[in-house]
Amino acid sequence: MSKQPTVNGHAQWEAEFAKGVVGDTTTYNRSGIGIKPLYTPQDHNGAPYEESLGYPGQYPYTRGIYSTMYRGRSWSQRQLIGLGVPEDYNLRVKEMLDLGASALSLIPCNSVFRGYDADDVPSELLGTCGTVINHVEDMRVALDGVPIGDLSTAMNDPSPFTLLAFELAVAKRRGVPWTKITGTSNQSDCISHFVANHMFFRLALQGARRVIVDHIAFVNKHVPGWNPLSIVGQHMQQAGATPAEAMAFTLCSGIQYAEDCIAAGMDPDQFLPRFTFFFDVSVSFFEEVAKFRAGRRIWARLCRERFGAKDPRSWRFKFHGQTSGVDLTRQQPLNNVARVTTQAMAGIFGGLQSLHTDGYDEVFSTPTAEAARIAVATQNILREEAHLTDVIDPLGGSYYVESLTNDMEAKINGIISMIDEAGGMYQAVEKGIVQRMIGESALAFQKKVDAGEQTIVGVNAYQVEEDPATYPSLEYPDAARMQSYLDRLADFKKSRSNADVDKAISALAKSANTAKSNVFEHVVAAAEVGATHGEICGTLRKELGFGQPLTVV
Amino acid sequence: MAERPPRVIVTKIGFDGHDRGSRVIAACLRDAGMEVIYTPPWQEIPTVVKLTMEEDADVIGISSLATDHLIVPKLLSALREAGLSDVQVIVGGIVPAKDEKMLLKCGVAQVFHPGTSLDDVVVSVRALSEKRRAMQGAST
Repeated sequence: MSKQPTVNGHAQWEAEFAKGVVGDTTTYNRSGIGIKPLYTPQDHNGAPYEESLGYPGQYPYTRGIYSTMYRGRSWSQRQLIGLGVPEDYNLRVKEMLDLGASALSLIPCNSVFRGYDADDVPSELLGTCGTVINHVEDMRVALDGVPIGDLSTAMNDPSPFTLLAFELAVAKRRGVPWTKITGTSNQSDCISHFVANHMFFRLALQGARRVIVDHIAFVNKHVPGWNPLSIVGQHMQQAGATPAEAMAFTLCSGIQYAEDCIAAGMDPDQFLPRFTFFFDVSVSFFEEVAKFRAGRRIWARLCRERFGAKDPRSWRFKFHGQTSGVDLTRQQPLNNVARVTTQAMAGIFGGLQSLHTDGYDEVFSTPTAEAARIAVATQNILREEAHLTDVIDPLGGSYYVESLTNDMEAKINGIISMIDEAGGMYQAVEKGIVQRMIGESALAFQKKVDAGEQTIVGVNAYQVEEDPATYPSLEYPDAARMQSYLDRLADFKKSRSNADVDKAISALAKSANTAKSNVFEHVVAAAEVGATHGEICGTLRKELGFGQPLTVV
Repeated sequence: MAERPPRVIVTKIGFDGHDRGSRVIAACLRDAGMEVIYTPPWQEIPTVVKLTMEEDADVIGISSLATDHLIVPKLLSALREAGLSDVQVIVGGIVPAKDEKMLLKCGVAQVFHPGTSLDDVVVSVRALSEKRRAMQGAST
C-alpha cells in the first residue's frame, strides 16, 4: 500500500522551496506579468471548462479555431519573398513551390511601399528589399506559370491595394474567375503603419481609413475567397510594444475596422469571417503561447458580444505569425536558427494558421538562399520530425499556461479599456498615446539588455571572438538588369492607351470625392487599363491627403 | 561657461520606415544630455543638409535597416558641397560587412551594428562631437 498523499503538500513545497531559493523568486515576462516558480490547481480561476476553454472549433476558441486544427491541415508555410525585378520574383516563387511552400507572399520593393513608381526614386535602392512591381504587366510576369486560382497569395499591399488590383487584372486576362482567387491583403492595417513601421503608400490616415472600408466591401462582394484585411500586431511588437500591448492594440484596431464597416451599413457576419490578423512571435515562449490563446478568446467575445455577430465563422481569430527579427543577433548568427525554432514552436502551440520563419542571417543582410532554405526546413522538422502537431493545443490544461493565458487576457483587456476611453484606436494614435507606450517599452527593453537583466546570448553574455567579414550577405540586384527594367517601364507607359488611363484616373479622383462611390472599384478599373502604382497612389494622395507618419519620441 | 552639449540629428533617408532603432537612439542620446533633433523617416538628402546647417549639428546619425545606407555616400557629398565636411556622419542598423568598408571609405565616421549597447553609442557620439568641435575650432 502506498502512503496517503500529504494533506499540506503545497505548504510543504513552499517551505522547502523557500529554504532552497532565498529572496523574492518572482520574475517578470516582457509584458510585465509576475511569474511564480510553480503553478498548481490552486491557480485555477474557477471558470468552468466549457466557458473559458471549450473545445477546438468551439466558442470561445481558446484551444484553436478549427475542430481539426493541424490534424486536419497544417498551417500554411508562407515565406516572404521579394527581390529584384518581376522575373527574379517569378523564378524564386517557382523554387519555393518546389521546396514545399504551400502559399505565396509578395513583398514589393520599398519604392513601391512609399507609393512611387521606380522611375521616380533613387535607382541605387531599387529591388534591394522587395520586388519592383509597378503595373499589371509586371504582375503578369511575376505570376507567370503560377496557378493563382489554386493557391493563396498574400501581398504586402497597403491602402489603396494596387497589388491586388494588378493581380485581379491578371486573373481577368488569364480567364481565372475572381471567385477562385484566394489570399490576403497583408499590411492593410493602416493604423499599424502610422504608429509603428511606416511602410505605407503615403495616403493620409483618414483617407486610408475610407479606402479600407471600400476595399472590404468590394472584396466581400467580388472576390469572396480573399481576406481584405490583415490587422497587424507584428509592426507594433517589432517597434517595441510588449506582447500584451501588441495584442491589445491590434484588437483595438480590429474594433475600429469592424465599427467602421458596421457604420457603412455592412453586416458583421459578412465581413468578420474575412478579417485576419498578423503577429510577431518572440522568443519569450510561454508568453507568446498565452498571448495567442488569450487573443483568440478576447476576439471571439468581442465579435459575438460587441459586434453582435451570429455566425461562428465570424468569431474565429485567424492569424499569420512571423518569427521576430528583433530577437535575432548579429553575434554568432547561427544561434538564430535556435531562436527561430523556439519562436516557431511558440507560434505553433499558439495555434497559428500560417507561418513565416525568418532567415538566420536577416540581421546583417536580406536573407541568402541557404538561410531561406533552413527557415523552411525548420517548419518541416517541427511538424514532421518532432511531431508537434499530433495533439491539438498540447499545452492546454497546463496550470502555468492556463494561468498565464488568464493573466495575459486581463492585461490585454485593461489596455483595450484604456484605448476605448481614449475614443478608440484612431484617436489614441492621433493623440500619440500608443506611440508613447511603444517607445517606452522599446527603451525599457534595451535598458534591461544593457544592464544584463535580460540575457542575449552572444550580445551581453557568452560572447566569443568572431569576424563579421565572414558572414554571408546577399548580392544586390544587377544595376544593368534594373536599368533594363526602367527602360521597359518607360516603354510600357508609351505603349498603353494613355487616353484610357487618363479617363480611369479622372474617374478615380472623382470617386475619392464622392462619399457613396467605392474607391477600390476604381483602383481596379485603373489597374486594368494600365495605370501604374505611382499614378493611382498619387491621385489618391492628391484627393485624400498625403500621409505623414505619426511618430513620437 | 559650460560647453554646449553635442547636437545630434537622428534621421532616416531612403525608403524604409522602420524606426525603432532611431527612436531608441534618439531617446538614449537625449537622456544622456545631448541636444537631439529627431525626424521621422524618409528625409530627402537636401532636407538633411539644410537641417544640419540650421541646427548647427555636430553629428548626423542615419538609421538603416533595409539598404538605405547605400545612398549615404550621396549624403556625404551633399554635405561636402555645402561646406559641412566636418560634420560627423554615423550609420546604425543592418549593414553587411562589405558595405561597411565602402561607407568608411566614403567618410562615414563609424558604423554601429545590432547588439551595440546604448552606453557605447553615447561614448562614441560624444567623442565624435568633440572631434567636430575641434575641427571647427581649427578652421576658424
